[in-house]
Amino acid sequence: MTLKLGVPSKGRLMEKTFDWFAARGVTMRRTGSDREYAAEVEGADLDLVLLSAGEIPRELQAGRIHLGVTGSDLVRERIPAWEAVVKAMQPMGFGYADLIIAVPAFWVDVNTLEDLDAAAADFRRSHGHRLRIATKYHRLVREFLRDAGVADYQLVDSQGATEGTVKNLTAEAVADITSTGETLRANHLKLLSDGLIHRSQAVLFKSRVAEWSDADRAALEQLSERLR
Amino acid sequence: MSDKLAVRAEAERLFAFFKAGGAEPVDADLLQPAGTLLDLYGEDIRARAYVTQDPDAGEMMLRPDFTVPVVQTHMREGGEPARYTYMGEVFRKQQSGSDRAREYLQVGYEVFDRENPEAADAEVFALFAEALSPLGLRAATGDIGVLKAAVGCLSTTGRRKAALMRHIWRPRRFRGLLDRFTGRVATDPLRLATLAMVAQDGAEAVLERAGPRIGQRSAGDVLRRLNALAEDSAAPAIGRAEAEVLDTILSLRETLPNARNQLRDIAVDLPGLTPALERMERRMEALAQAGVDVAGLPFEASFGRTTMEYYDGFVFGFLAEARPDLPPVATGGRYDALTRVLGRGAEIPAVGGVIRPGLVQILREGLA
Repeated sequence: MTLKLGVPSKGRLMEKTFDWFAARGVTMRRTGSDREYAAEVEGADLDLVLLSAGEIPRELQAGRIHLGVTGSDLVRERIPAWEAVVKAMQPMGFGYADLIIAVPAFWVDVNTLEDLDAAAADFRRSHGHRLRIATKYHRLVREFLRDAGVADYQLVDSQGATEGTVKNLTAEAVADITSTGETLRANHLKLLSDGLIHRSQAVLFKSRVAEWSDADRAALEQLSERLR
Repeated sequence: MSDKLAVRAEAERLFAFFKAGGAEPVDADLLQPAGTLLDLYGEDIRARAYVTQDPDAGEMMLRPDFTVPVVQTHMREGGEPARYTYMGEVFRKQQSGSDRAREYLQVGYEVFDRENPEAADAEVFALFAEALSPLGLRAATGDIGVLKAAVGCLSTTGRRKAALMRHIWRPRRFRGLLDRFTGRVATDPLRLATLAMVAQDGAEAVLERAGPRIGQRSAGDVLRRLNALAEDSAAPAIGRAEAEVLDTILSLRETLPNARNQLRDIAVDLPGLTPALERMERRMEALAQAGVDVAGLPFEASFGRTTMEYYDGFVFGFLAEARPDLPPVATGGRYDALTRVLGRGAEIPAVGGVIRPGLVQILREGLA
C-alpha cells in the first residue's frame, strides 16, 4: 500500500492545494475527463484520493488515508478529541476563515460574551424560550460557550444561509464562518469583540490511526523533506 | 457470577435497603423528552447525554438521571410527604478515549417533605452513610444555600446579585462577574462608549443609527438592557472587604463544626448569613441525632458547584479515597428550586441522592 493523501476534489480549495504542493516540487493534476475524479502525482510517492473537503476529516479518523488537506475548523468540529486522532503537520496559508459569533448590529447593548449571556437570560425571561444561535458548528460553538460560561442559549441547526436566520426569525444570533465580514454586514449583523471561536485555514493533517508501514513512513519522510 | 450480574445483585441489595426504610419504589422511562432536560441544563447536556430522534415525539434522550422524571411523577401524582427509591440504568457520554462507564446502574432515594427540611437532609445522608459503611468512604458535604446567602448579603444592586446567583454553578463566569463588580477588571470600553453616546444622543437615536431592527429580540429588549447598563455603571463597586469575605466563604474547607464557627464569626458583620447558618446548625443537630459523627465530617463550601445545576442547598458525596481514578460512589443534595421549575406553579422541598452499585461492587471486590 502506498501513502494515501486526501485532497479536496474541486474548486478553489483544490487549485490552491495543487499550487501549494507544486511550489514545493510535487506536481498534482486531474486526469481523464473533467468529471472523472482521478489524479496523478509527480515528484513524490503518493496516491491522491480526491474527496469532498468535508469528508476528509472522517477519512483521516477512519485511517483510510494517511494524509489529508482540509480546514482546521472541520477537523475540530467533526473529530472528537481531534489531537489524539490527527496531527496538524503544516498550516498551508490559504482557505482562511474565522468561526465567529455575530448578533444583530442594532443590539448596541451587546458587544461581548458577557453581554450575550446577560441578554440571553433577559430574553428567556421575556420570550419564554432560550436565545437561539444558528450554526452548523455545534461542537465548537457549544464548547466555546461552555468555557465562556454563557447560559440560557439554544443551538439551532443551520446548514446554509445562516446569516439570514435572524431576519427569518428562526434564530436571534448566529455562529458561522466569515472571511471578510461582508455577508455579516449585508445582513445587519456584527461580531462580538471576544466572539472569535476559531481561526481556520487549510492544514495538511496526518492520521495517527492509519496503518503506517515502513514504506509509508519512508515516503512521508521524503515528502516532509520537500515540504520543509 | 459475571460482573454485570454481580453489579445488579448489588443494586438489588441497595434497592431493598431503601425499600426496607419505607421508600416507595418508582421507575421512569428510558427515553426522556429532550426538551425538558435541555431547558433545565442548557445545551451542555448534549455533550453528556445520548440524543436520539423519534418521528412523533421529536428529540429524546437516553435517561441521563432519574431525578427529573421522579420529580415530575411526584409533582403529578404524589402524596405528601413522600419517600421514593428507584433502580435502573442511566446513560452518560464520556470524553473520547475515556474508560469511564457510558451506561451504569443507579440506585436512588428521594424525600419530598415540607415539615423539616434539615431533618430530611440528615435522614438521606445518614441512610447513605449506613448503606455504604463497610466501604470506608470519605464523605464530603457542602451547602449551596450558604453561597446563595453570601451573595445575597453583598451590598450591591439586585441585578448584580441575580447575575452572580445565576452563575454560582459556573465558577469561571461567576469570578469574571465578581471581578467586574468589584472594579478589579475594567468595564468593557465598547460599553462605556455606547453609554456615553446614549447619554449624549438618547438611546433611540443610537439604536436607529446602529441598523435595522431584525429578529425576535426587540428594540424594547435592547432599550431595557441599555437602561440596566446605565444604572449598573452608576452603581458603586462592591467593596474590597466584602469581596474578600465572599472569597473566604467560597474557599472554606474545614470540619463541619469549624466551618460553622468561622461562618458564625463572619455573620457578626454579615447578619444576612444568619438564616442559612441556622439551617446549617439545625442540620448538624439532626445529623448528630441520626448517629453521624458530625465533629469529623468535612465541609467544603464550594462542593457541588461544578456538578449539575439543580442543587441549591445541602450537598454531599461519598468518595473512595484509595481510588482517585473512580468517580464519586454516591452524590446527592437538596433541590427545592428544581421542583419549582418542573412543578408548574407547585413546589416542595426535596432532597435525595444516588449510589452507583457498579462502583460499590468494585470496591467490595477490593475488600474481599
